[in-house]
Amino acid sequence: MPVLRTENLRLGYDAIPVVSDLSVEIPSGRITVIVGANACGKSTLLRGLARLLGPQSGAVYLDDADIARLSGSTLATKLGMLPQQPVAPDGITVSDLVGRGRHPHQRWFRQWSAEDEYVVTAALEATGISDLADRSLDQLSGGQRQRVWIALALAQDAETMLLDEPTTFLDLAHQLEILDLVHDLNRDRGKTVVLVLHDLNLAARYADHLIALKAGKIVAQGNPTEVVTAAMVQAVFGLASHVIPDPLTGTPLVLPRPRRPRRSEGSAVPTDRT
Amino acid sequence: MKPIRIGPFSTRVDVASIVVSVIAWVVTLVIAAISLTLGDYEIPLAKVLNTLAGNGSLIMTDVVVNNRLPRVLVGMGVGAAFAISGAIFQRLARNPLVSPDLIGINAGAALAAVLMITVFGTAAGWIPAGALIGSLLTATCIYLLAYKKGIAGYRLVLVGIGITAIVGSITAYLLTLADIYTAKSASMWLAGSLAGRSWPHAILIGITLLVLVPAAVAGSRQLRLLELGDDLARTLAGRVELSRGLLIAVGVGLAGLATAAAGPIGFVALVAPQLARRLVAERVAGLLAAGAIGALLVVASDLLAREIFAPTALPVGVVTAFLGAPYLLILMARANRVGRGG
Repeated sequence: MPVLRTENLRLGYDAIPVVSDLSVEIPSGRITVIVGANACGKSTLLRGLARLLGPQSGAVYLDDADIARLSGSTLATKLGMLPQQPVAPDGITVSDLVGRGRHPHQRWFRQWSAEDEYVVTAALEATGISDLADRSLDQLSGGQRQRVWIALALAQDAETMLLDEPTTFLDLAHQLEILDLVHDLNRDRGKTVVLVLHDLNLAARYADHLIALKAGKIVAQGNPTEVVTAAMVQAVFGLASHVIPDPLTGTPLVLPRPRRPRRSEGSAVPTDRT
Repeated sequence: MKPIRIGPFSTRVDVASIVVSVIAWVVTLVIAAISLTLGDYEIPLAKVLNTLAGNGSLIMTDVVVNNRLPRVLVGMGVGAAFAISGAIFQRLARNPLVSPDLIGINAGAALAAVLMITVFGTAAGWIPAGALIGSLLTATCIYLLAYKKGIAGYRLVLVGIGITAIVGSITAYLLTLADIYTAKSASMWLAGSLAGRSWPHAILIGITLLVLVPAAVAGSRQLRLLELGDDLARTLAGRVELSRGLLIAVGVGLAGLATAAAGPIGFVALVAPQLARRLVAERVAGLLAAGAIGALLVVASDLLAREIFAPTALPVGVVTAFLGAPYLLILMARANRVGRGG
C-alpha cells in the first residue's frame, strides 16, 4: 500500500520542465533512494513531493489525498523534508533548534506541551546528540550538525521523511554514520524515508527501493540488486562500469572502468560489456 | 528555556532573556529618573518623584510632567520600537546588516516627514502620517527590488543601500528648497532628536507600541520558523508569505512611527538586537529583550547628548551614531572575513 505517489507529475521553474510526466510510487515503510546525474531533477522531484514546488501539471498524492489540497499543518504532521543546506540563526542551541520541529503540533496556547518535550528528548536520543543539547550549533562538526537537522525532522514526527542529500560535505565515515542512522530510523520506527544521494554504491547499499532519474524521467526503479547494472549506469550517468556484488553486503558495487589500464600492471578488469 | 504549563496552556520562556530584559528596564528607569532631575536647572530626585506622584507645585508639574517626562518617555518608546523592528528584520533575513536604519526604511520615513515639514510645518500632525506612509512605500520598493525567488539577506542589504542613497539625495534636495528656519528644524529632526518632544509624541509612540508589540510577540512563533529559511518554514507550516508579510509590516510600522516621533535615530535598530543576543550568551534573543536594550540605549544616549557638551545639547542621533558606527565597522570587517553579515 503506497503512501506517497505521483501521477503524471510535471515540475519546473520556468517554461521548460525539469521533471515531466512522472508517475512513481514510494513504497511505504521502506528506504527509497533517488539517484541520477547532476541536474537530472532529483532534488526537484523531492521538492515536488514535499510541496515546496507546485506541480505545473499532474499531482502528488499522500494517502490518496492530493497534497495541494491539504492544509499546511496537516501535511506537516505527515511529511517532513530536510532541505539540502538548511540554515539556522547564529548562536542557536541544539535543543532550541530541534524543538522548532514541533511547530505543526503546537498552537498559540499550546507552545510547549509535555509531549513536545518528550518527543524532542527522544529525537535527541535517537540521533545520539543528547549530550549536545545545550551546545550552540555553530560549535558542532559537520556530521554532528547533520544529526541535529535529522533530529529536527524527527521531532516533527511525520511518518514520511524526505532528505535532500543529507551526506553532502561529509567525509566517508560520517556519511556512513548518517546513513546508518537513517537505516535505524526506518527499521526501529517504521519511517518511510526518501533520500537523494550522490554516491551510487552507498545508495545501492542502503536503499530498499532505488529510483534512477535521467533528464526528469525514470530510467529504472526497483530493488537495487535488480536495478543497478552496467547498462543502467551507462544510461543514467553515461559511465562505463563493471558491477559486482559488494563482498561485504552482497549489494551491487559499481566499479567505473578506467579509461586506460595503469601502466605498471595489466588490467585486472574483465572486458565484457554487460 | 523553562517550560510553563497550566492546564491545556503551555509555553516556554527563556530565563536568560527575561533576566536581561528586567535588568535593562531597571537601569533604563534609573537613567530616566536621573534625566528628569537634570535640565536648565536641577531638581532633586525626591522632588521629582514627589511631583510625579502628583504633589508638586504648578511650576514643578509643568517642568517635570509637561516638559521633561515626555522627552524621556519618547526616548524609551522609540528605543524599544527601533530595536524590536531591527530584531524582526535581522532575524527574518538572518543578517544583522538588514535593519531598518541601514536598508533605508528610516530614511524613507524621514523623507516623507521632511516633505511634510516643508509643506505643513513641524507642528502639524502630518509628520506621523507621512512617516508611516513613507516607510511603507520604501519597504515595498525594497521588497519588490530585492525579491528574486525569495529574499536573500545580501540582496536586501545592497538594494537597501541603493534606496537609502536615492531617498537621502531627495531629502537633501528638499532641504535646499526650504527656507532657512524650516531647513534648520528639519535637519535637527533628521539627526534624530528628542529635544522639544511633548505629550503628543509620547502618546503617538505609546499607541504604536501598544498595538504593534503584541502583534510582534504573536508573530514570534512564525518568526522562529521563518529564520530557518523558506524551505523548512514551509515544510513545518505550509504557507509563509502571509506571516512574513505581516511581520515585515509590523517591523516597518514600528520603525516608521518611531521615526515620526523622534526622527531617524540611527544604529539603535542595528545594535540593540545584537547587544541583546550577546547578553544572553550568543543565543537567539527574544524581541522583548531587544526592545528593553533599545530603550536603555536611547535613554542613556540622550542623557549623554545633553550632558557631554552642556549647556549645548547634541541630537541623540549623533550619540547613537557615535556609539553604533564602530559596531557597524566591526560587523563589516567580520562579514568580509566569513563572507556573510555577522
